[in-house]
Amino acid sequence: MGRVLMKGTEAIAEAAIQAGCKHFFGYPITPQNEIPEYMSKRLFEVGGVYLQAESEVAASNMILGGGSTGEPVMTSSSSPGVSLMAEAISYMAGQETPVVIVNVMRAGPGLGGILPAQGDYSQATGGMAHGDFKLIVLAPSTVQESVDMMQKAFNLAQKYRNPVVMICDGVIGQIMEAVEIPEGNPENLSNPVDWACGYMKERGKRTILHSLILDPEELESHNKHLEAKWKRIKEKETDCETYKTEDAEVVISAFGTVARIARSVVDKLRAEGFKVGLIRPLLVSPFPEKEFEGLISTCKHILDVEMNWGQMKKDVESAVKYRIPVSFFGHTGGICPTVSEIEREVRKIFTELG
Amino acid sequence: MSEKIVYERPKSWVKDVHTHYCPGCTHGIVHRIICETIDELGIQEITTGIAPVGCAAMMYNYIDIDYIEAPHGRAPAVATGFKRVRPDRLIFTYQGDGDLASIGAAEIVHAANRSENITVIFINNAIYGMTGGQMAPTTLIGQKTTTTKDGRDPQKAGYPMRMCEMLKTLEGPAYIERVSAAKPAHLPSLKRAIKKAFQNQIDNKGFSLVEVLSTCPTNWGMSPLKSCDWVVESMIPYYPLGLFKDFE
Repeated sequence: MGRVLMKGTEAIAEAAIQAGCKHFFGYPITPQNEIPEYMSKRLFEVGGVYLQAESEVAASNMILGGGSTGEPVMTSSSSPGVSLMAEAISYMAGQETPVVIVNVMRAGPGLGGILPAQGDYSQATGGMAHGDFKLIVLAPSTVQESVDMMQKAFNLAQKYRNPVVMICDGVIGQIMEAVEIPEGNPENLSNPVDWACGYMKERGKRTILHSLILDPEELESHNKHLEAKWKRIKEKETDCETYKTEDAEVVISAFGTVARIARSVVDKLRAEGFKVGLIRPLLVSPFPEKEFEGLISTCKHILDVEMNWGQMKKDVESAVKYRIPVSFFGHTGGICPTVSEIEREVRKIFTELG
Repeated sequence: MSEKIVYERPKSWVKDVHTHYCPGCTHGIVHRIICETIDELGIQEITTGIAPVGCAAMMYNYIDIDYIEAPHGRAPAVATGFKRVRPDRLIFTYQGDGDLASIGAAEIVHAANRSENITVIFINNAIYGMTGGQMAPTTLIGQKTTTTKDGRDPQKAGYPMRMCEMLKTLEGPAYIERVSAAKPAHLPSLKRAIKKAFQNQIDNKGFSLVEVLSTCPTNWGMSPLKSCDWVVESMIPYYPLGLFKDFE
């Protein structure tokens, strides 16, 4: 469709449709209302279905039902709404339902505020709900990247039969940028006839998608299967960008919008001769441990910058095996760190390093 | 002399299995009637059931069709999602009173209001069976449960909810009927209602719900026979049998 100027939320919605998603179930919540609004018109034009659920609880269970057919389905919400989806997410992880959930994060806790934040990092990367499982979590940094990631999200969900979450902060949801939405390239990586409901005739036998397993040995064996799947995902699907880190003594670690701000800091300080770089996970779960480990030989200090109180910091520290000191700078409440604030922090670190 | 088969296991009943239900429980009767309906309508290969949370959680062990397990109360939302994606397939929920009238009250009301083209079988036995006999939203006034040891007091625990009567006030539903599984004389109506609720979905008529007054001898602390009498003597006066809504 060529290069167009679009709001992040609307671009995400169109990208999902191009990625092959014809069914959307959701409930309004700021700052992501343009996704359901866009879907409510566009999906019917392409022969799909938009349904406004009675709650996020219902919306998440609708994608559980819809996803059980093997067709690509999605919902979107923002932080308090995503918390309401925790129950269904646990069931979908257990029953291996391929679905995509977009979380345009707002500031918390509680009802919090509607401005951008990254306070749901721990929630998303921790699996979001009860039980022992992990979700694939994508964290785009620009509107174009969020568009590109939608296709990836649906493909990963299908490939691994696992819920996939995209966490964007409110900046990406609300900013307008020039984007190119690629024609869909869905990879049919799981054949619904093998496992999904509605194909008893084609399969010659029925399927039961359930997570209730009362026999402890059987349940552990199912959990081992989920864990083995996660190990495969960890081996194959990490995605991380490093920017000018080859010789960097100080590296900023950040994801989402903050990484974009941090990139400007790197360019500014590099022009003055400071050896500073940026490392940015595109997938925050599984976490790109190897790429972070690669910093150990050259990097003397990592500054982790987030729009929360440092939720990713523990993953960074663990990935560099606690061999590089990691300090933190950030804001919460809906405040974005500025270039000058991050720059000041980096300068302080260089002064301390001497 | 030729012999004619007059009674046999339904074809959609999983071969050689017996249910785990307590003696005198009516789940088995309702399961069997669902199987008969599936066989008679020839819909085994296109029907998916939503397995509930409760005593019937493992009903997939007995009825040989595709199944999705739903979180407690969410079956109407799960069924909605399935049906919206696959309108060419049939879906039904099978929900107890705690499932449908308590934790899933929002989901059933909105699925009914949208007239989702789904079939709902609502088992009302006025108690929580699986968790061991606690009060249900449909527990009768004065009925003793493990959480209303002196009998349900409406001042403390509210009144029993009549779901068919509530749901019939909505414009959406196509068909709502309350039947009973407690007495042999009730079973022809039970069969007719369940079959109609599936036929309605085949005919794209919209939301159909059959409430089945059922027993729980174990948690009621009664014999199976006494339980069947209790449905007639105590439940039917408060939950009258009959048709509440029929779009035709």
